[in-house]
Amino acid sequence: MPTISVDKTELYKALGKDYSRDEFDELCFEFGIELDEDTTGREEPAQLKIEIPANRYDMLCFEGIALNLNVFLGRQAMPTYTLKPPPGGALETVTVSPATAAVRPYFSCAILRGVQFTPARYASFIALQDKLHANLARQRSLVAIGTHDLDTLQGPFSYEALPPDQIRFAPLNQTRAMTATEMMGFYEKDKHLARYLPIIRDSPVYPVIYDANRTVLSLPPIINGNHSKLTLATTNIFIDITATDKTKLEIVTHILVAMFSQYCADPFTIEPVRILSPHNTESRTSPDLTPRTTHASAAYINSITGLSLPRTTITTLLKKMCYHATPSPTSPDTLDVAIPITRADVLHEADIMEDAAIAYGFNKLPRAFPATKAAAAAALPINKLADIVRLESAMAGWAEVMPLTLCSLDENYQWLNKSPPSSSEQQKPIRLQNPKTAEYQIVRTSLLPGLLKTLRENKHHAVPMRIFEVGDVAFQDARLERRSRNERHFAAAWYGKQAGFEMVHGLLDRVMMMLRVGFVARGGEGKGEGGEGYWIEEVEDATYLAGHAAAIYLQLAGRKAQKIGTFGILHPSVLKAFELPFPASTLELNVEVFL
Amino acid sequence: MPGTRGPVPVPVQNGDRDLTLQILEAVDENASVKTSETFPNASQTEVKAALDRLASRQMIEYETDDSEEVVLTGEGQQIVDEGSHEFKVWDAVRKAGRMSLKDQALATPSAKVGQGNAFKLKWIKKDGDSLIPLTDSVTDTTREVLQYVAEHRALQNPRDLKDLRKRTLVTTQKIITYDARKGPRWARDIPVEVTDLTADMLADGSWKTANFKPYNFKALGEQSQGVGALHPLNKVREEFRKIFFNLGFTEMPTGRFVDTGFWNFDALFVPQQHPARDMQDTFYVSDPPEAGPPGPDPEADAALNAMEEEDRDEEDSDPPTRPTQQPTKHLDYAQYYANVRATHQDGAFGSIGYRYPYNDAEPRRLVLRTHTTAVSTYCLHRLAANPRPAKYFSIDRVFRNETVDATHLAEFHQVEGVIADYGLTLGGLQGFLRRFFKKMGLVGLKFKPAYNPYTEPSMEVFAYHRGLGKLVEIGNSGMFRPEMLLAMGLPEDLRVYGFGLSLERPTMIKYGVNNIRELLGHKVDLGFIEGNAAVRLDKA
Repeated sequence: MPTISVDKTELYKALGKDYSRDEFDELCFEFGIELDEDTTGREEPAQLKIEIPANRYDMLCFEGIALNLNVFLGRQAMPTYTLKPPPGGALETVTVSPATAAVRPYFSCAILRGVQFTPARYASFIALQDKLHANLARQRSLVAIGTHDLDTLQGPFSYEALPPDQIRFAPLNQTRAMTATEMMGFYEKDKHLARYLPIIRDSPVYPVIYDANRTVLSLPPIINGNHSKLTLATTNIFIDITATDKTKLEIVTHILVAMFSQYCADPFTIEPVRILSPHNTESRTSPDLTPRTTHASAAYINSITGLSLPRTTITTLLKKMCYHATPSPTSPDTLDVAIPITRADVLHEADIMEDAAIAYGFNKLPRAFPATKAAAAAALPINKLADIVRLESAMAGWAEVMPLTLCSLDENYQWLNKSPPSSSEQQKPIRLQNPKTAEYQIVRTSLLPGLLKTLRENKHHAVPMRIFEVGDVAFQDARLERRSRNERHFAAAWYGKQAGFEMVHGLLDRVMMMLRVGFVARGGEGKGEGGEGYWIEEVEDATYLAGHAAAIYLQLAGRKAQKIGTFGILHPSVLKAFELPFPASTLELNVEVFL
Repeated sequence: MPGTRGPVPVPVQNGDRDLTLQILEAVDENASVKTSETFPNASQTEVKAALDRLASRQMIEYETDDSEEVVLTGEGQQIVDEGSHEFKVWDAVRKAGRMSLKDQALATPSAKVGQGNAFKLKWIKKDGDSLIPLTDSVTDTTREVLQYVAEHRALQNPRDLKDLRKRTLVTTQKIITYDARKGPRWARDIPVEVTDLTADMLADGSWKTANFKPYNFKALGEQSQGVGALHPLNKVREEFRKIFFNLGFTEMPTGRFVDTGFWNFDALFVPQQHPARDMQDTFYVSDPPEAGPPGPDPEADAALNAMEEEDRDEEDSDPPTRPTQQPTKHLDYAQYYANVRATHQDGAFGSIGYRYPYNDAEPRRLVLRTHTTAVSTYCLHRLAANPRPAKYFSIDRVFRNETVDATHLAEFHQVEGVIADYGLTLGGLQGFLRRFFKKMGLVGLKFKPAYNPYTEPSMEVFAYHRGLGKLVEIGNSGMFRPEMLLAMGLPEDLRVYGFGLSLERPTMIKYGVNNIRELLGHKVDLGFIEGNAAVRLDKA
């Protein structure tokens, strides 16, 4: 969630009240924003740091927070934004070249006339653009904004896409003109701009905006020209917006003009610009300030809020949330709702319903425990099974541990004297693409690394240590939609002055007894006498010391005998890899076979 | 030592004689016995052990005196034996009559000290490059003072202590001495005592006359109980599960760490450009490279069917008598996908949608699930085959591509509940959560409007925390968006609550753990696992 810093004194002045911390907390809580920090005493002037819901682009600046809270408090009506053509009546025009389709196809713009900047307003205007770029515009990749002193420029304008060598101008805060190609090198190390370069760097043409004198306004999404640079003295502002996403282009346009048109000579008016873009049928007059109209059902709102409010009351509630709602003259249940351009977050009647509930007060809603007719309680079979193994192991004197499921390839394979399965083999591990922590390379395929790391971190503990885990490992599985599956395993480790082979063996016997699986003595590979049950056979397994490793076999009624796990004394090289000075024995088996 | 059996004591031996018996003799003969005087050669620990043995039987009582005594250092003892350094220099010069300053006898460090002191005392003087005596007889005061110390372990004039200590001739040491006398159960002999009732004693009847040693009621009992232990996180998890079962919830099949972009995001109406889907926040899977198209999960279905079967009586298994046994609709996954796609890109089901070009590759990307809501989504879609009230929950592991620190791990456990029913209200969700959290000892719930892409309304849940004296966030909740539910094919009037919290946070609060790495993962202290108390959430 974005956090917006606003001047405390100025905000309280705008809200017409000097709030105490508790009062302002309460207001934020009811509205659904959060006062994160008050820097009073640490910063001059004191700032309030306010967390804003991620979809409220209309609250990313001081002006938006003050507006929404004032409307919510009933201190101000939601303004009506109107288009006001220039005195002469002839609109500025921007012609969009078809070549832009290849790199950044959508364009929008607007003019704010007679703006009165103060240092605070100017800073807020710049900060809002930064916030929009960072959040909604996904680091300028979807949308980029350029703002200019219109009085330094001469219309008509054009939005073009040209090879970078043909674009030449002095970028913002630079006196030297350079080509767009040179700029890519010039800003390569720039800590602010470098991250935007890849958005267009490899494109054969770069997007660029010119005025009638071929003065460059912007090279979106990288930088504006220095010529039309905005200053505190600027009064007429030309805003250009380019995008790869048409919906977000309109949202950004709306937010910018709605937030700052209040400072225009004629407040809340915006001068339209004619955009000529016939190649993609995007020719229009920009911006479109028409509120979106929709309908909401009073019965629907009442049924979810648990209220029975008349339509007129609902319209009053919605007014506090910036809507203009009126009872429909034609339908007895319907509200005609106009959604202002600032409320891009409203997608469905449900959003209107929620706003009505917020305006009413979440904490004033009638609370009733729902008498649902849902089916009765049931535990997931694999969890029931796992709990038997867990409880029996703990009762047998072993301590449960919960290591992580993400680990490195080495921990999972090499350190256990195994190698990762080749591409043709079964039981391949799931590999991660982008871990922030380098050691998280795969999802574990064995519980052993986690147990051994837990022992390693507990060398201060008295020996012997007896630990176990019942948890999921995961493998690739090409047959499934997710191309992978979890498998519930049980593993235990004994660590002490002696290797404890009989101890893990005894734990296996105990758990099998509790699962009503009997021990049967058998010859190799399950051949020979004996019915259902489990048995063990010596096995060669590089994880374990030769001659001290056993494979566990299980035969259940009506099923084929299968190997379900292994146990043994760990090979000294495994102990060394996990930095364990004493011997240890481990056990690991698949629990799902008992389902 | 715990577990010791049979008669005691084994007496402490002092040389050939039994110190315990010696003390008994001394106390018998004297009204008061000072151990440092009576047993000057016995070590303090031996004396204490013997006294305690007798005092525990109330045969004697004693007090402890702490005092300080002055003792000679090695150098101090040497002066007592041979005379002070200045005396030795004077004596040598006197005997020689005249001694060259370069004489080897004056070269030692102690001789240099002695020479200086002898000058000051005017016992000798320099004559050219030699020393000559000034007097025929001297009084060696240093030696006399130290001789007093050797005899009395104290100084006649306490002001000398600082000076002598500085000269490292004496030092002080703490001495503990005991003043013992007869106790309430005085006896001349130590009775044979038994510490435990044994089978032999029962057999021969000796328990009737046995003298049982008094039990030490101030000590702990046997500590090595051969304990096994459950992990505290799983203990808290179990408490949550009990609450869910108590409230009639069915556990969801969460056995898939890897899920698809479709189930984890798109089906939840999370737009494809949402920040949560950034590489910075979500673990993407590189191998296997891509998911299959959305479809049924046979393993999950089998588990859900088995649990639903559990709850069905034999008598009413006849389909027509049960409303939930209406013929089930076929779940058309291709239609579901098309609905989700349309809802995002063009708007559908009364929503204008996000209106961006939907990328069909995104739902096929494999991720480590960022929330168990991916599973809830699967279960809710399954419900569309036979729409009916349902209550589901899960507690399982989820993954976030976080930089690991004291409060963040790349994996943690999410507790999640879902309730589907007709005519649910927002206040009903509040009422439900009030009951749910009350079982955890959390009351005074308040709800704050919040934003979540897949719930509308969304509410953060706060409770008053007595320890912190303020409202703290304890979970998230909401009603799933129509865009999500209607795309599944659920009827419009079937509404669905969702709520969730992490398992780690309440556990950390419960057990006072500040660093999540000390709770989940291999850095946990086994002693902590073995020693943590039962959960008892209602006793918060």
